[in-house]
Amino acid sequence: MATTTQEVSKHQIDQLIEEYGYDDHFHEHHHEGDKYQSGFIQKYIFSQDHKIIARQFLITGMIWGILGGLMSLIFRLQLGFPEGNMAWLKPLLGKWIIVNDGIGTLDPEFYYALVTIHGTVIVFFVLTAGLSGTFSNLLIPLQIGARDMASPFLNMLSYWFFFLASVVMFVSLFLSTGPFAGGWVAYPPLSALPEASSGSGAGMTLWLISLVLFVVSVLLGGINYITTVLNLRTKGMNMWRLPLTIWSFFITAIIGLLSFPVLAAGFFLLMFDRLLGTSFYLNEIFINGHALDRVGGSPILYQHLFWFLGHPEVYIIILPAMGLVSEVMSTHARKPIFGYKAMVYSIASIGFLSFLVWAHHMYVAGINPFIANFFIVFTLIIAVPSAVKVFNWITTIYGSSYRFNAASMFAVGFVSMFISGGLTGIFLGNAVLDIPLHDTYFVVAHFHVVMGVAAFFGMFAGIYHWFPKMFGRFMDETLGKLHFWGTLIGAYAVFIPMHYLGMAGVARRYYKFDNFDAFSHFAGINKFITIAAIITFVFQLIFVINFFYSIWKGRKMTSRNPWGSTTLEWTTPIHAGHGNWPGKLPAVQRWPYDYSKNGRDFIPQIEPQSDAEKDEFH
Amino acid sequence: MVTTIKNTEADSAARLFQAKRFALWIGIAGMMMVFTSLTSAYIVRKAAGNWLEFKLPDIFFYNALLAIASSVVLQASYAAFKREKFVLYKVLLALTLLMGVAFLLGQYSGWMQLVDMGIFLQGNPSGSFVFVLSGLHALHLLVGLTSLSVALFQALSLPDRLTERRKFRFELTLTFWHFLTFLWVYLMALWMYLA
Ligand code: HEM
Ligand SMILES: [Cu+2]
Repeated sequence: MATTTQEVSKHQIDQLIEEYGYDDHFHEHHHEGDKYQSGFIQKYIFSQDHKIIARQFLITGMIWGILGGLMSLIFRLQLGFPEGNMAWLKPLLGKWIIVNDGIGTLDPEFYYALVTIHGTVIVFFVLTAGLSGTFSNLLIPLQIGARDMASPFLNMLSYWFFFLASVVMFVSLFLSTGPFAGGWVAYPPLSALPEASSGSGAGMTLWLISLVLFVVSVLLGGINYITTVLNLRTKGMNMWRLPLTIWSFFITAIIGLLSFPVLAAGFFLLMFDRLLGTSFYLNEIFINGHALDRVGGSPILYQHLFWFLGHPEVYIIILPAMGLVSEVMSTHARKPIFGYKAMVYSIASIGFLSFLVWAHHMYVAGINPFIANFFIVFTLIIAVPSAVKVFNWITTIYGSSYRFNAASMFAVGFVSMFISGGLTGIFLGNAVLDIPLHDTYFVVAHFHVVMGVAAFFGMFAGIYHWFPKMFGRFMDETLGKLHFWGTLIGAYAVFIPMHYLGMAGVARRYYKFDNFDAFSHFAGINKFITIAAIITFVFQLIFVINFFYSIWKGRKMTSRNPWGSTTLEWTTPIHAGHGNWPGKLPAVQRWPYDYSKNGRDFIPQIEPQSDAEKDEFH
Repeated sequence: MVTTIKNTEADSAARLFQAKRFALWIGIAGMMMVFTSLTSAYIVRKAAGNWLEFKLPDIFFYNALLAIASSVVLQASYAAFKREKFVLYKVLLALTLLMGVAFLLGQYSGWMQLVDMGIFLQGNPSGSFVFVLSGLHALHLLVGLTSLSVALFQALSLPDRLTERRKFRFELTLTFWHFLTFLWVYLMALWMYLA
């Protein structure tokens, strides 16, 4: 990098670590760890090394990203071209394409299954496991100066539970009765009664098993992340010297630890209702004209348990993205992040508030309007810390000589998406406005922009930025920028029109609108959205190709710290082995954002403060 | 005023023990969330009416006392281990295991009494909740009994020696066992309060 003229050389880094470092006698111990580094299987498959586990999470997440994206294209084809001939999909989808007189149509049941599985896998497998699983694993030990996670074994289990969850979900796609089709939120009674629809039988059983395995994975991971951040920081790395990435992973793990068990409890009762005939969620249901003898339960109870996780879950997705963006932005702006402490306090208060707003998803579920007021107030208060963060990002890049590359552009794109989607959240947060907007495309647009696309942008920023750390090579910049512009324009082209559909009252989760004359003139918009979605997907393939090509053929990394970063992960050897640092652990002498300071481009965290610096406070 | 950190050292193994002890507490917090959410579901559902009232079998309350007693005994065993009184340590450890098994049998008889009273898993949720909460506690108890058995097996098969590693493992078992006791006492207290 030409910009880092005063780059601290490899030699100097090693010298600093040797002179000031923290000797934990790691390499003197006999490590269980060293055994698993030996064979291929232990090194790359059942690995306990956090760097490998990070890659496993990422690649599994990417596979689900592609599958989930393809599913959305199929149901978008249905929405954009309801009269179109889908016979050509018959080889792929088999009996789910019904061919009549040579015209193929998508089975409505399978349409719902696609929508459901798309939502489930993108939310949980891609944006939770693929995002926070990948980067928490990669960066927590490296950025706090630890040898590995507190329990590498549990960490390995965390990945393998995710893997099992993936396998079960994947198998459910091939059931003859189809995968679960009752929506990603899995409300009873559709989810509780196997006879309710064809996907509610075996499909729902596998869906539940998969998600319970997934919850175990998240909890095992989260326990490790929290423990590691609190216990295994290197000398000098006090909490106020943690990079914002670590703060966000840390708070995310706490949110996950407190909310995923609640989802597990909700699922637990659902399983009883399904398998053992209890009536926690069921009351006076009629199926095919006759009443079931299940009385006394309440479907609203499920909604409470689900959204008590469900809302924190959206922050579990977005906080890691925010952390990555803060770090990438500050590095490429060559400026300290603006308002570091304010950033930390807003992450923490978002985390806290996220537990107090769940019922804003239930304004029309018949909750008491007075209670709704409580949730309105807290929902709108969340906008405050969110706005603080946006302000700080903008101020960080304002007036900087921003280095525009794929990573840093995705970071800016994230902020754009987060603002656009956050604004519509404020509409929805008001119960009065939400009553007409609920269950319309306005909600779909809101959460895709603010969570779906924004989190993907954060993830892309992270991948382009830390790719060299993961694979010792760079991704191609030109393709990366192309990917950025295609995704930015494409995503807005898909989702801005959806707001309009929603305001006009077009309901979500409908297979077809031909029975509703009022919506017939939206056919053109729906076509446009579908075409935009296909084009946007093609741009994602550019990313996938770039990613895999670069793993083996990308430009090689020649210096340890290509971006001129201050943080610890760039002080390890390019191909760091087990234990991350070959000798002592680096000791930390300063906060992580000393960019453009005292006439220097950057000062790494391992460099002691000068006497003049010691007297000023951070 | 900031001081420069220079050339410090510590032992990575000791740090890991500390971290893992902490990890258990975090895990317990997660399990506690499962029970907190189920009990709040219980409270909310109860307040909504159409709720069958019945009296819990007394054995559930006696079991709470038994659980507390078993925690005291295990704590005493740990103290004996630290003071290297190995015979006492083994006897008390075995006693805890027996008390745990007795607890489980007591729970089983409690469930049978419920069934005799006409309270089944199916039917009004007021009964279902009792089975689900006590059943989930019993599942956790099985994990506790397994780790006690492992501890006892090691106590009997390993040479009598007080090592950091063994102390550490004992502490994990002890913490988890106290958690199980706490959980049952919490559930019973809640039931008494709501009755
Ligand atoms: C200013 C901040 C925000 C406010 C006030 C807000 C408000 C709301 C409200 C009231 C709803 C329910 C709409 C309905 O179903 O009728 C909703 C839906 C949703 N929001 Fe937000 N939101 C905000 C930010 C976010 C963020 C940051 C994320 C994710 C990162 C997010 C993800 C979602 C999701 C996934 C749904 C829909 C779930 C579904 O029904 O399938 N929101 N939002
Ligand atoms: Cu929400």
